[in-house]
Amino acid sequence: MSTDPFILEVNGQSHEVADAHPGESLLRVLRERLRLPGSKNACEEGECGSCTVLLDGQTVCSCLVLASTAVGRQITTIEGLSGDGGLSHVQQAFVDAGAVQCGFCTPGLIVSIGSLLESDPDPSELAVREAISGNLCRCTGYGRVVEAVHLAATRGGGSK
Amino acid sequence: MTDLATSERTVAPRIGENAPRPDGVPKVVGAFAFSSDLHHDRMLWGGTLRSTHSSARIRSVDVSTAVAVTGVHAVLVSDDVPGQKVFGLEYRDQPVLAGDVVRYEGEPVAIVAADHPEAVRMALEAIVVDYEVLVPVVDPMTVEEAEPVHPDGNLVRRIHLRHGNQDVVGDVQVEGTYEVAMQDQAFLGPESGMAVPADDGSIDLYVATQWLHSDRDQVADCMGLDPEKVRLTLAGVGGAFGAREDLSLHVHLCMLARHTGRPVKMVYSREESFHGHVHRHPAQMWYRHHADRDGTLVRVEAHLILDGGAYASSSSAVIANATCFAAGPYRVPSAEIDGAVVRTNNPPCGAMRGFGAVQVCFAHEAQMDRLAGALGMDPVALRLQNALVPGDELLTGQTIKGTAPVAEVIRTCADHPPGASMAVDPLELPGGAGRTADPEHVVRGEAFALGFKNLLFSEGFDDFSEASCRLAGGVATITSACAEVGQGFVTLAQQIAREVLGVDEVVLLPASTAGIGSAGSTSASRQTWMSGGAIQEACGQVRAQLLEHLAAEHGVDADDLVIADGRVVSMAGGFEVDLAKATTEPIEASVVFRHVPTLPLDENGQGNAHVSFAFSAHRAIVDVDVELGLVKVVELTTSQDVGRVLNPLQTVGQLEGGAAQGVGLAVMEEVLVQEGRIRNPSFTDYLVPTALDMPPVEIAALIEQAEPGAPFGAKGIGEAPSISSTAAVAAAIRNATGLDLPRVPVRPTDIVFPGGTA
Repeated sequence: MSTDPFILEVNGQSHEVADAHPGESLLRVLRERLRLPGSKNACEEGECGSCTVLLDGQTVCSCLVLASTAVGRQITTIEGLSGDGGLSHVQQAFVDAGAVQCGFCTPGLIVSIGSLLESDPDPSELAVREAISGNLCRCTGYGRVVEAVHLAATRGGGSK
Repeated sequence: MTDLATSERTVAPRIGENAPRPDGVPKVVGAFAFSSDLHHDRMLWGGTLRSTHSSARIRSVDVSTAVAVTGVHAVLVSDDVPGQKVFGLEYRDQPVLAGDVVRYEGEPVAIVAADHPEAVRMALEAIVVDYEVLVPVVDPMTVEEAEPVHPDGNLVRRIHLRHGNQDVVGDVQVEGTYEVAMQDQAFLGPESGMAVPADDGSIDLYVATQWLHSDRDQVADCMGLDPEKVRLTLAGVGGAFGAREDLSLHVHLCMLARHTGRPVKMVYSREESFHGHVHRHPAQMWYRHHADRDGTLVRVEAHLILDGGAYASSSSAVIANATCFAAGPYRVPSAEIDGAVVRTNNPPCGAMRGFGAVQVCFAHEAQMDRLAGALGMDPVALRLQNALVPGDELLTGQTIKGTAPVAEVIRTCADHPPGASMAVDPLELPGGAGRTADPEHVVRGEAFALGFKNLLFSEGFDDFSEASCRLAGGVATITSACAEVGQGFVTLAQQIAREVLGVDEVVLLPASTAGIGSAGSTSASRQTWMSGGAIQEACGQVRAQLLEHLAAEHGVDADDLVIADGRVVSMAGGFEVDLAKATTEPIEASVVFRHVPTLPLDENGQGNAHVSFAFSAHRAIVDVDVELGLVKVVELTTSQDVGRVLNPLQTVGQLEGGAAQGVGLAVMEEVLVQEGRIRNPSFTDYLVPTALDMPPVEIAALIEQAEPGAPFGAKGIGEAPSISSTAAVAAAIRNATGLDLPRVPVRPTDIVFPGGTA
């Protein structure tokens, strides 16, 4: 019942996935097989954005991507956004602006916002709200999240 | 004069400052372990078979095929519950697993453990339940004459509140019937956890919850174990909002772990989560307000029916709140409120942010607007004229002894200049990205609403929180079982310890039942006061011990010593010691903190049942496409009575987030229930406000009047924002459309076909 082993490139590292069921989503493989649980599992039907990752630089809901179809593509998760250099601008802005409460939506939001600032380094408030409208947050009402995006933009946006 | 700017030492933020969350960095890098992130190398996966009927007798459950599925380690049913077969927050009336009857759709019937989630799914599908399907009891209005849903009967609680002279009649009367639909807490982190069996027969349960010790006691009883044999540790909580106050998978996990001898992990799907926790009670409400011609309220009558669903949960406390606060924060000398919460075969309802006050606020604020209309008065002026002040009596006859800055809340919010301009981008119009709205058909409306509720537990409940503090080497270590659910108590706990002890480094030990007594529930806006109070007192005792020790050791007066900048200093001079070197032995103190006692309500719903109250106001501006029935909430302005701001950023976060849940209930959030079945158990069909649905929240004022008895004078702030926001948005839609709109959420058909014909 399991698939042949396959290789996923996640955050610049190669991971072999063995014994996966054919139907396993990228989210499940990241979380349960590769032990990268930063991408979250709030709805698992593409509505909440908490599982957002980058696939070749594009934001996707990893719950809607079959893991085996991500072979040969560059996958970036929340765990890949902060390196030895510390937090990214967006991550630091989330801390500083009070955009974190329970934190369950936070990884997906940070991936989405990083992607937004890459393409639009100084977005209007409406552009920010549209860009994150696929990421549900139940705690903040989005006020501090929008604030965090503007803070990150003033500090250099998605460049780091 | 001290010039703080010249101080070279960086002091960690204390009370009143924007201290950063200690869990902030782990949460932004994806390293914070939520309950669904738990892992154990030997773990099995658990799953739950749920009733497909809202009312049925179970003739038999056949698990023979399921146990034969490859990878399955256990399939357990009601007979396998080792101890008490029922659990419950206030009454133990809910089966751990359904035995001979199911009372709501989604009720757990059997549980499975297997080595892969796919094997769990196959085993659950292989279980054969033979149901004799019954006609569900679903209408809360007629339920008291219906067949009993449960051996405890169909009435969970009725409160017949009578206050003042019952013969009073007002010159002006307005009457209305109102309805609030079922709301889901919709926390993002699904129910999840892991049970790990120990060799000595004890069990460790790691779970996301609001009240570790209440869970522990219920789990222990259901497992037939002594409480000390069940250790609960808080796993990372992805939001709660009331939905984690009751048990969900707790006992199931422990049963599977004990049966298999292996760690077992379970994570609900979103669909399962909609069935796996209680919701906000739907409410049907009739009101009649009486006033003199000058606008003075003289009497309020109301009938309240809340649908509690199949099991009691916290329904009896919810109806108490709805009844006690039925008239809003106004002076009402005469009242008759008949509040009942009933049992049906609908999904169980219980705690959600605002807890009974949300439903009645929607109704009493609609009534106040209606009364203002009948009197030809300005709605804000009518509210100001009747606003409670300290010393006034509530409907319960209780005199408000603490702060009640109701007029200040009203004035600051109403006087705040509106900032919303007209929509320019189609995205900002009602309907948003659908681009369906015709600007020609868009009408703007504005309205105001006021609400309040109690803080802390009421009606004589022995409400307490235990905390301990240990000071060693200049580092304070705090132990508390308070559940951090996202609200930021962990930040406040550090700020309080720093403030009292003058230390910079504060370590918070994990919240667990193993190391300390109960902190009570993270609900009722109570933890800042209760666990904050316990930490403040524990730190205060440590501080006193430290200063007495130093005074004795160095022959100085303890009253002359102060802690400043990491040093203990004699004000008279001559003595100074680094806090880190002040003692060689650790200093410890443990405190059980209680608020002033309350009393039960008497047979007339009278009594000093509550401790303290928080008041909030919202002004909403909405744009409505009257042709399509689409609503865009353009701006929300709020003022709130907060006692004292302990952390400005976290305060703003609570006010914004609470308002968002209120906006959701006003215009989009409804658990659709037909014949007891949830029709929309997904985020595709149950709509939670997105960043485009949610307007900016303008905070007109945080009214700071120190509340007596509260640590640092701070009131709990979490619930008030969810109370008046719904009422304000609904009223603004009324203002835009001229319609009655007696029901929330306001649906497009309510606006386009107000007569009810579609």
